[in-house]
Amino acid sequence: MTLDLAQFHDTFFEESFEALDSMEAALLKLSAGEVDAELINTIFRVAHSIKGGAATFGFSDVTAFTHTAETLLDQLRAGKRQVTPELVDLLLRSGDLMREMLEATKHKQVIDKARVAAVHGEIEAILKSAGTAAAAAAPAPPPVPIHVPGDEPERCGWRIHFVPGAKLLRNGNDPLRILRELGTLGACTVRVDAKFVPPLADLDPEECRLGWHVELNGPVPETQVRAVFDWVEGECELHLEAFGPMGNAAPAPAPLAPSLVTPVSGEARGETPIAEPAFVPVAVAVEAPRPAPDPAHAPAAAAVADESAAASRSAAPASAAAPAAAPSTAPSTAQAHSGEGGSIRVSIEKIDELLNSVGELVITQSVLSQLAAPLDGAEELRSALGQLERHMRALQESVMRVRMLPISFVFNRFPRLVRDLGQRLGKKIELRMLGDTTELDKTVLEKIGDPLVHLVRNSIDHGIESPDTRIAAGKSAHGVIELNAYHKGGNVVVEVSDDGGGLKRDKILAKARERGLVGADEELSEDRIFNLIFAPGFSTADVVSDVSGRGVGMDVVKRNINELGGHVQIHSTPGKGSMVRIRLPLTLAILDGQLARVGSEVYVVPIVSIVETIQVRREQVNSIASRAQVFRLRDDYLPIVRLYDLFGVEPDHTDLLDGLLMIVEADGQRVGLFVDELMSQQQVVIKSLETNFRPVTGLAGATMLGDGRVALILDIPGVIARFQSQQAPTRDPAQVAA
Amino acid sequence: MNTVLKDEPDDAKQYLTFRLGGEEYAVGILTVQEIRGWAPVTAIPHSPREMLGVINLRGVVVPIVDLRLKFALERADYNEFTVVIILNVGARVAGIVVDGVSDVITLTADQIRAAPALGRDADTDHIVGFGTLEERMRIILDVERLLANLGDTCNSNGVLK
Repeated sequence: MTLDLAQFHDTFFEESFEALDSMEAALLKLSAGEVDAELINTIFRVAHSIKGGAATFGFSDVTAFTHTAETLLDQLRAGKRQVTPELVDLLLRSGDLMREMLEATKHKQVIDKARVAAVHGEIEAILKSAGTAAAAAAPAPPPVPIHVPGDEPERCGWRIHFVPGAKLLRNGNDPLRILRELGTLGACTVRVDAKFVPPLADLDPEECRLGWHVELNGPVPETQVRAVFDWVEGECELHLEAFGPMGNAAPAPAPLAPSLVTPVSGEARGETPIAEPAFVPVAVAVEAPRPAPDPAHAPAAAAVADESAAASRSAAPASAAAPAAAPSTAPSTAQAHSGEGGSIRVSIEKIDELLNSVGELVITQSVLSQLAAPLDGAEELRSALGQLERHMRALQESVMRVRMLPISFVFNRFPRLVRDLGQRLGKKIELRMLGDTTELDKTVLEKIGDPLVHLVRNSIDHGIESPDTRIAAGKSAHGVIELNAYHKGGNVVVEVSDDGGGLKRDKILAKARERGLVGADEELSEDRIFNLIFAPGFSTADVVSDVSGRGVGMDVVKRNINELGGHVQIHSTPGKGSMVRIRLPLTLAILDGQLARVGSEVYVVPIVSIVETIQVRREQVNSIASRAQVFRLRDDYLPIVRLYDLFGVEPDHTDLLDGLLMIVEADGQRVGLFVDELMSQQQVVIKSLETNFRPVTGLAGATMLGDGRVALILDIPGVIARFQSQQAPTRDPAQVAA
Repeated sequence: MNTVLKDEPDDAKQYLTFRLGGEEYAVGILTVQEIRGWAPVTAIPHSPREMLGVINLRGVVVPIVDLRLKFALERADYNEFTVVIILNVGARVAGIVVDGVSDVITLTADQIRAAPALGRDADTDHIVGFGTLEERMRIILDVERLLANLGDTCNSNGVLK
C-alpha cells in the first residue's frame, strides 16, 4: 500500500533545482523593474511545487520554510503587496536558502537551522505588517476590483467536504497529510465518510474510497485552506463552506470537474497544479467584473468555478473560459517553463559510448575508402562507399548534437552575479546577453563556466568604473557588460566586453618589467602586453579586494581555455572598455585539422591555430647570431620553428625554401612552423595519449589516419613553449625538464 | 579432467613466458590481451629511448615499449618475426616488444622466489620474483607496475633529446 517515495527523490530534487533556477531568473527580471503578473506567477508556482513535493516526501523543514515564503508570494500575486527591491532581495535569499536546504536534504546533511530561522523571521516580519501594507497597496496597480470572499478576517471557520478521487494514492498523494496540514491551520473536527466504500469483495486496496467532513475552526483565509488542497486539485471533490459571521461572503462551492482535469493531472504533477491558468489580473478586471456572491452565473463554466471563487489565488484569462482550453494551457506553460518539451534524460556515459563507436566507424569507413581507391572497375563499390561516408558524417553530426546544450546554461548565472557584485561594489551595471541559444558541447560548457565567471567579475571589479568616475568621463552612470556568443567557422566565440576604463597598458608593462617578465627595454606588441595579465600571480590592482586583485585567476582562466583547445584574445581601448574574446572548439571529441608531413611522419595541426601558410622567399629570412632565424611577415618578425628539429624526425627538406611555413598563433604570439608539405584537411577524432601513456608537451593527443596509422595532434601553445625553452635553456630550466 | 584439477593446487597461476636477450621472462597470463606481429609505430617526440611510439589497435592508441631497451640490452632489429605482447591491466593498455614467445607454464606460489636486492647493478623494480620450473629460471615481471611507470620513467630520465 505504501508507495516507496524514495524512488522519486532524485526527480524531485532535480526538478526543484531547475525550478529554482527559473524562479531566480524571474526574480531578477522583477528586480530589473519588469513587473509582470506572469513572472510573479512563475515564482509562486516554483515555491508551490517545492512545498508540495517536500510535504509529500516529508521534508518538513523545507515545507515549513517554503510555506511562509509562499504566503508572501501569494500576497504579491494577489496585488496586495508591491514589488520592492528589498522584497526581491529577500526572495532571492529565500530561493538560495531553499536550494541549500534541498541540497542538504539530498545529501542527508544537516540544515543550517539558524539561517533558516533568520530568513524565516524576516519574511514573517514582513507578513505581520500585512494589514497596513495590504491596505496601502490595495488601490495601487494592478488593481483587482474583485471582492475576495476568502480574506475577511471576521470569519469563524470552514466546513470542508473532501472526497479524494480513487487514484489519489497512486499519484503519491496522502489524504492524511492533507488532514494533518489542515490541523495546523486551526482546530479540526474530522468525520470520515465511508459511504463510497465498496463491499469487501470489490475493494481495491490501492484505491482511496473514503471521504471526510472537516470542520475547521478559526479565521483562516480561504486561500490558505485551498492551498492545503492544491496538490490534489483535480483529483478530488472539494466543497468549502464558511460558517460563523460570514455575512454576504460566498459559500464558494467548488466541485472540480474531475473529467476535465484528470487526463493531464499526471503530467502536471510536480510542475504546477493543473487548474491554474495564466494569471492575468487585468484581464479579469475587464472580462469578469462580476459580483462575487454570484459565481454560478459567471460566464466561466464549472471548470473555472474554482477560480472565480478564489480569484485572489488565480484568475482565469478570458480564453480559459472555454472549458477545453483550461487543461491544455496549464501543461504547456509548465513545459515551456522547464524548457524541454518531450525530452528524455540520458546519462552522459551512454552518449559518450555512442560517440566513441561512431568515431570508430568513421575511421573504419575511411580505411575502407582508401582500400577501395586503387581498385580497378570498382566504381559501384566506390559510390557505395561515398554514400556511406555521407551517412557517417550525418550520423556523427547528430550524435554530436545530442551532447550540445545552449550556452544559456552558463549565462544564466550571470544576472545574479552581476546584480549582487554590482550592489556590493556600489556600481550600476547593466548586463546584456546575446546569442544565449548558441550551442556547445556539454564538456566544453562545463569547463567554460568558471573562466567566464572570472572574466565577468574582473569586468565588474576592474573594468566598470564607479558611477561618479563614469559621469566625470562623460559616460552614462550605468556600465554595460555584454556577453555575446556566436558561431564562427566551426568554432564558438564567446565575448565578454565592458564599457569601462580599459586595460592600463603602461601599468601592465611597468608591472611586468618590475616582475622581470619583460626585459627593461624590450618592446612588446599590444597583444603580448595584454597577454601578460594571464601570467600567474599577475595583478595591477592597487588594492586587493575580496572580489579580485590577487592575481589568481586570469592564469587559471587561460589554462582552462587552453585545455579546452580554445584561445583567448584581449582587445582594449583606454577609456572605452575592453573585450575578452574566447574561441572555443564546438566539441572536445573532434577537431578540424590540417595534416602536415615532416619526413615520414604526419602531424595534425588544429585549424584554429593556423593563420596562413606560405612559401618562403630568401629575402624574407634573417639569421640572428648563427642559429636562430626569423622571418619577416609583412611588418612582423616571426621566429621559425623547425618541426623536424623540435621533434627529432628525419625531414625531406631542411632548406626553408623547399618546404612550407605554416604561420600559427597561440597566446597572441605567432611563429612560423616549418614542415615538408601540407596534406588534406580533415576532421579527426581526438584520442588521448594520457590514457595509456602520459601527456606530452606540444601534443594535444593522437588520431587515426585513413590508412590506420596514428598521427599526432600538435598543441600549438605547447609547441611554442617547448621551442622557447630550447632556445633559451638558461632562462627557465624548470620548463626544459618538463 | 579431475586429475588435471588435482595436479593444480589453488595457488597455481599460469604465466606466458618469452625470450629476451638469452633470458626467459614471464608475465601473468591474465594480463595478456593478445600477441601480435610487429607493425610500424608512430614515434612520440621527447619520450625515452625504449618508448618506440604508439600504434592504432582497433581505435585505441597503444604505446609500444621495447623491453630490450628498457632493460638496457642491445637493440635487436624489428622484422616479421618480432613479437609484440599487448598487456592490459586495469584501464591501461601497452605493448612490449620481445624476442619471441615460448610457452605457457603453471607456477605455484612455492615455486616463486622473491627477487633479491641486487643493488645498483640491476633494476628490480619491475620484477616480482623468480619462478623455477624443470630446473629453468624465469624472471616474473610486475606488469601493473611496468604499465603504470611508462610515464614515470620518462620523467626521471628527464629530457632525452
